[in-house]
Amino acid sequence: MTIPEQRSGAADDGRPDAYVDGGRPIVQAVGISKHFGATVALRDVELTVAPGEAHALVGRNGAGKSTLVSILTGLTRPDAGQVYFSGEPAPPVSDRNAWRARVACVYQKSTIIPTISVAENLYLNRQDSVGGHPGGRISWRALRARAAELLRTWNIDVDPRIEAGLLTVEQRQTLEIARALSFGARFIILDEPTAQLDGAGITRLFDRLRGLREAGVAFLFISHHLQEVFEICQTVTVYRDARHVLTTSVDGLTRERLIEAMTGEATGFSEVGAGAPRWDHDIGEVLRVDRLAGTSEFGEVSFTVRAGETVGIAGAVGAGAVALGETIVGLRKPLSGTVSVNGKRVRPGSVPAGLAAGIGFVPEDRHRQGLVPLRSIEENLTLTVTDRLGRFGFVSSDARRRTATALMRRLDVKASGPDQSVSALSGGNQQKVVMGRALASEPKVLVLIRPTAGVDVKSKESLLGTVETATAAGSAAVIVSDELDDLRAADRVIVMFKGRVVAELPRGWTDQQMVAAIEGLQGD
Amino acid sequence: MTDQMAVPTVVDAPTRATGPKLARFRDFALIPVIFLLLVAGFIASPNFLTADNMVAVLQQSTELSLLVLGEALILLVARMDLSLESTVGLAPVIAVWLVLPSSGGRFNGLGLGLPGWSAIPLCLLIGVLIGALNGLLVLKVRLNAFIVTLGMLITLRGLQIAITGGQSVFELPDSFKYLGRAAWFGVPLSVWLCIVLFAVGIVALGWFRHGRSLYAIGGNVDAARAAGIRADNVVWIVFIVASLLASLAGILFVGRLGSIAATQGQGMIFQVFAASVIGGISLNGGRGSLFGALTGVLVLKLIDNVMNFAGIPPVWEQFLDGVIILGALVVSRFVSGEAQD
Repeated sequence: MTIPEQRSGAADDGRPDAYVDGGRPIVQAVGISKHFGATVALRDVELTVAPGEAHALVGRNGAGKSTLVSILTGLTRPDAGQVYFSGEPAPPVSDRNAWRARVACVYQKSTIIPTISVAENLYLNRQDSVGGHPGGRISWRALRARAAELLRTWNIDVDPRIEAGLLTVEQRQTLEIARALSFGARFIILDEPTAQLDGAGITRLFDRLRGLREAGVAFLFISHHLQEVFEICQTVTVYRDARHVLTTSVDGLTRERLIEAMTGEATGFSEVGAGAPRWDHDIGEVLRVDRLAGTSEFGEVSFTVRAGETVGIAGAVGAGAVALGETIVGLRKPLSGTVSVNGKRVRPGSVPAGLAAGIGFVPEDRHRQGLVPLRSIEENLTLTVTDRLGRFGFVSSDARRRTATALMRRLDVKASGPDQSVSALSGGNQQKVVMGRALASEPKVLVLIRPTAGVDVKSKESLLGTVETATAAGSAAVIVSDELDDLRAADRVIVMFKGRVVAELPRGWTDQQMVAAIEGLQGD
Repeated sequence: MTDQMAVPTVVDAPTRATGPKLARFRDFALIPVIFLLLVAGFIASPNFLTADNMVAVLQQSTELSLLVLGEALILLVARMDLSLESTVGLAPVIAVWLVLPSSGGRFNGLGLGLPGWSAIPLCLLIGVLIGALNGLLVLKVRLNAFIVTLGMLITLRGLQIAITGGQSVFELPDSFKYLGRAAWFGVPLSVWLCIVLFAVGIVALGWFRHGRSLYAIGGNVDAARAAGIRADNVVWIVFIVASLLASLAGILFVGRLGSIAATQGQGMIFQVFAASVIGGISLNGGRGSLFGALTGVLVLKLIDNVMNFAGIPPVWEQFLDGVIILGALVVSRFVSGEAQD
């Protein structure tokens, strides 16, 4: 692998010497391996970041990025390998302060406490005390002065006295960076920092990062948006399936090469539904989405799905694909536009209306929206169809048992019986129950939102097989996902990027094409 | 360092300056209400705004205010403790039970031969043990604080009934009655005690790192841990302090009323929560001040007192109490601008 030769801003551009540190890498991870149970999260990977460098770490889901982050921040101990900071071995995992002085991570989930002031957030649990004694009375004046000084140093225009909950997402993020710097850390990990920012916010963030880089701060930048990597980073490291694949300078790296490194060879599922589309062009459309727009997540989207057709909607986190799917099924209220099933408009923003119109769906978060955890498989399967199981609100237990047993057989749910609690099932089988519930209402339209997230390969295959059976019986299906395997089951894929439809790929696309479209690299 | 960096500033800060003002305003939100109540009482009766009556109101507020002090600390770390009202009754009963001789009275103790003065430290120790047990169940066994302390509320009250046979206890060491009965400089000792304890609490929460950590834990416990705060230890200590304060409140009751009623503290927890929330303590944790909570107590107690003087028939008192508390909650919801869900 290539050692990054390009080091931004050397000492001659006026960077204080202290930050150069003899050119030693500010962080170096060597031969890191980690497994959790039987799952290998990282297999002998490495990473080297030079002072003042913005280094991108990319890879698809499950590549091992988050495990590496947790090892680099001292939250997880690697099974093998060693992390060095400026040439020194990393401190023991228990010494939080030592870690904090070396590395900080700005997570997607904010670690700013909304109910206390900006100043206190910056110096939480190390507030200035009168006379400097650590257990002494806090000197609010000194604390505010120190916070104001820190904010001024890094050019952050925020009043240190206000409650942190009043800040914008962008300001909070900046605050987290400032706090990391105040510990003395000059290596900062940014985990999807642009996910919640708008365009102008991203530009300001990048300007800030460039400024900090010139002051010798190094960044590890984790992002799903590859064009951001090209924009801000000098070096990129690619992981795939828990292995290190590539480290190279961004200069001279083509987008094709980067995507190839991320995807490797095309894997699995190529046989599912390969060949000509099965639906008959004469059969009319079942689902029509007309100029549907979300409140902020996505702009106007229009498409139709015919009986027997499967349409994929692809998009990275924050692209609006999931929000679009949730709007179609009625979990979210649209800003404008309509959804019709068989030519009849569905009342927007209402799940019961959607179910009544024949839209069955598998929600994204099966624990939160999909299952009633402590109840039986039977009850969970028939939750949406209780009206068909008896009259006047009574539920006939025989009818329920019959419906549930049939569904369990159809979906191949592995369980001791319909009475078993769903909590006791494996992830894959739980997802089958959620799927079964969607099918129980014999929907005209089946919408699946990230249906195979966190399920094993075997269950994945059987879930996608069920979709195929449903469409063969004349249903229309919509699969919202960023997993290539899911999308391959679709007859065509609508690709979204930052809330807009950017491409529509017919069956037969290559991994490269799809990833490029999802990452917003199309059209050049 | 600044000169070398061309870092642009984050310009949009629409929330400037309104923050600190609002927070301070929230602390004093009930002061005008207290003032209005004083005026209303003054109109209702000439005997209301007298030194005697005011001292009486303060003394009657002491027990509730100690419970609110404890509960406010627990609510700040985003937990709750319902069992405080039972601790108020049980801790003094056990203390007296340990100290009294085993024969000769209507209520007989264990006859351990312990001196009478030891009843107060024993009572406080029992408070500590109850708090530690609550903390153990919530933090180590990882049970939900609501249901644990609800169970504890019933268990502790049940234990008190079992020990006393459901009777009030009149045989008490004199020293045990001192705190709730004595007066220094014309003001009841219990009032001085409350003033001192609230002052200690306000200073600790305002100016000391450990006190500030309560706000951090209640605001975002993961972030607090990430900042090196031992959140579980702090929460445990808070549970212990709250039960300790409840047992002290029990001692004050005993001194003021001259006996341990079988129902001492029973039903108080509703008032405790009402006073805390009206006083601006957030049920979601991390927000509110002890001073605010204290004003909440005074509002509730003044309302009771004014109603007495206004000659409202006692049969209506409970109903009006409830209505006023609900009204106050609605008002404080809009003053704080925070949803209480």
